[in-house]
Amino acid sequence: MITVLLMLGVASVVFFVIYLIPGDVANIIAGERATPEQVAHVRQALGMDRPLYVQYLDWLSKVIRGDLGKSLISGRPVMKDLILQLPRTLELMVSAILLAVVVGIPAGILASVRRSRVEDRVVSTLGLLGLSLPSFVIGTLLALVLGVYLRWLPISGFMPFDEDPVHHLKLLFMPSLALGLSMAGVVMRMTRSTMLGVLGEDYIRTARAKGLSERAVHYRHALRNALVPVVSIIGVQAGTLLGGTVIIEFIFNWPGLSSLLIRAIYQRDAPLVQGVILLISGAFILINLVVDLLNCRLDPRIRYG
Amino acid sequence: MDNVACKIQLPRKEQETSVVAGKGTALSLARGALSSRPVQVSGLLLILLIVSSLFAPVVSPHDPIQMNPPDRLKPPGRSYLLGTDEYGRDVLSRILWGARISLAVGAAAVALAAVGGVFLGVLAGYYGGMIESLIMRLMDVALCFPPILLGIAVVGFAGKSLLNLVIVLGFLFIPRFARVIYSSVQSVKQNQYVEASRASGGTHVYIMLHHILPNIFAIIIIQVTLNFGFMILLEAGLSFLGLGTQPPTPSWGTMIASARDYMEIAPFLVVWPSLAVAITVLAFNLLGDGLRDALDPRLIQ
Repeated sequence: MITVLLMLGVASVVFFVIYLIPGDVANIIAGERATPEQVAHVRQALGMDRPLYVQYLDWLSKVIRGDLGKSLISGRPVMKDLILQLPRTLELMVSAILLAVVVGIPAGILASVRRSRVEDRVVSTLGLLGLSLPSFVIGTLLALVLGVYLRWLPISGFMPFDEDPVHHLKLLFMPSLALGLSMAGVVMRMTRSTMLGVLGEDYIRTARAKGLSERAVHYRHALRNALVPVVSIIGVQAGTLLGGTVIIEFIFNWPGLSSLLIRAIYQRDAPLVQGVILLISGAFILINLVVDLLNCRLDPRIRYG
Repeated sequence: MDNVACKIQLPRKEQETSVVAGKGTALSLARGALSSRPVQVSGLLLILLIVSSLFAPVVSPHDPIQMNPPDRLKPPGRSYLLGTDEYGRDVLSRILWGARISLAVGAAAVALAAVGGVFLGVLAGYYGGMIESLIMRLMDVALCFPPILLGIAVVGFAGKSLLNLVIVLGFLFIPRFARVIYSSVQSVKQNQYVEASRASGGTHVYIMLHHILPNIFAIIIIQVTLNFGFMILLEAGLSFLGLGTQPPTPSWGTMIASARDYMEIAPFLVVWPSLAVAITVLAFNLLGDGLRDALDPRLIQ
């Protein structure tokens, strides 16, 4: 229920932000030298001469039915463009999240188990560094080192998977790494601090007293409870990642949602901009819902009404 | 910077005059914060950065905008400490001037976010009920948008100007402040001195200004510091995409973007502004972390 209300709120904000912003779409379509009559004509054709609330309700009812309108520039349905470009962005995100989980959680466990020793210091420092380096800086530096100096990987571009899988993966590697590293830092810090919290609890002492091996204590008892906040932070980060892909796709010429968004903004293609933002924000809400549900499974004490 | 400084000063004065016990604890808190190593190191770094950007016109060896084609893409050397860019401009000077933009945009945006967020957060936390639901649900919706995305959309449509950038960044961060402030106000208002003040005839506004605000002061400072780094990241990111600071005004984001075209012949060009962003954000994060460890009453227990 809350999710639905949030979606509705988000959709409304998307609509009004785009419409309230100065820069009349009709003027742009009609061209700079258009007469006022021509502009008025375009306005009428787009239904923009109707009262704002009529436009809003009309737009909203269409959105609910999955109709996001047509691009003002290409005339193609916005939905079609979204469906084409979405998987490419998702692919980037999923590989970045995988990387962050595979690197971040074990690193966090290591740091917590070897607290205040060399391992912890190294891992913690790297974590803070990963957190502070913006993904576009990491991306640019990666391209500099791996692409320009070592020439191991192509600097940028896109190749459909079914045409050349190896080249596709090669191109995927750097953008996912750039996106995943800063997230890995966050995941690591969270894993470390929650593991440290859990390791100080009474039931861990009990488990140790029972004669369980350190391994069993860490993985069977501590990790499960420590993972709840980690899963939450992964969800939050996944949302941030959606924003981060914008810059990364730009750097590596990856034709996902963001290139669509940036092109749409430069062309002032309002329906396309609305579509992309709505999709990304909707995905953000969905991710948070999934995180909540996952946490219910991990920790039976958490219940949602 | 002035804006933030004013904002920060205000509650502290009130704390010292109105809450007698507050004076000693504020001092000891400040002393505690200053004795932590990360706070010292990052604080020193940031002071250095602020001073050098304030005095950029004096300390920068060259004009940051004046083009000088014969000297283009010079490697780091004696006349150009960090080399020159594709128009023969001194990179060091541009980084120093760029720091001004980053810090100014960050400060103005954080000030806007803090004022708005504290206002809404205190209202929601103090009054509760309808006001709380209204404000906090609005914040929930606003939090659903990845900041950079809305930033791109609004700046893209409304026009690329520094003022727009500041307004967008500021508004985008209001919910983050409001959330944190809201939850701390909720716990502060449980205190008996609030009840006592109420009983002795204190008005709501008086209580909010004299009892609530001084007690969430530390939390506001921590949030300001942590979000300052975020703002600088976003400003650099938007400028990198060509939607923030416009050339020829030097900005770290645009410097990285244009240096990428010359990575093969002048790799250092991209390294310097990247380092500048990274070190600055790292310093803000360290300072925020350190302050939180030292100041946050929830952690002090």
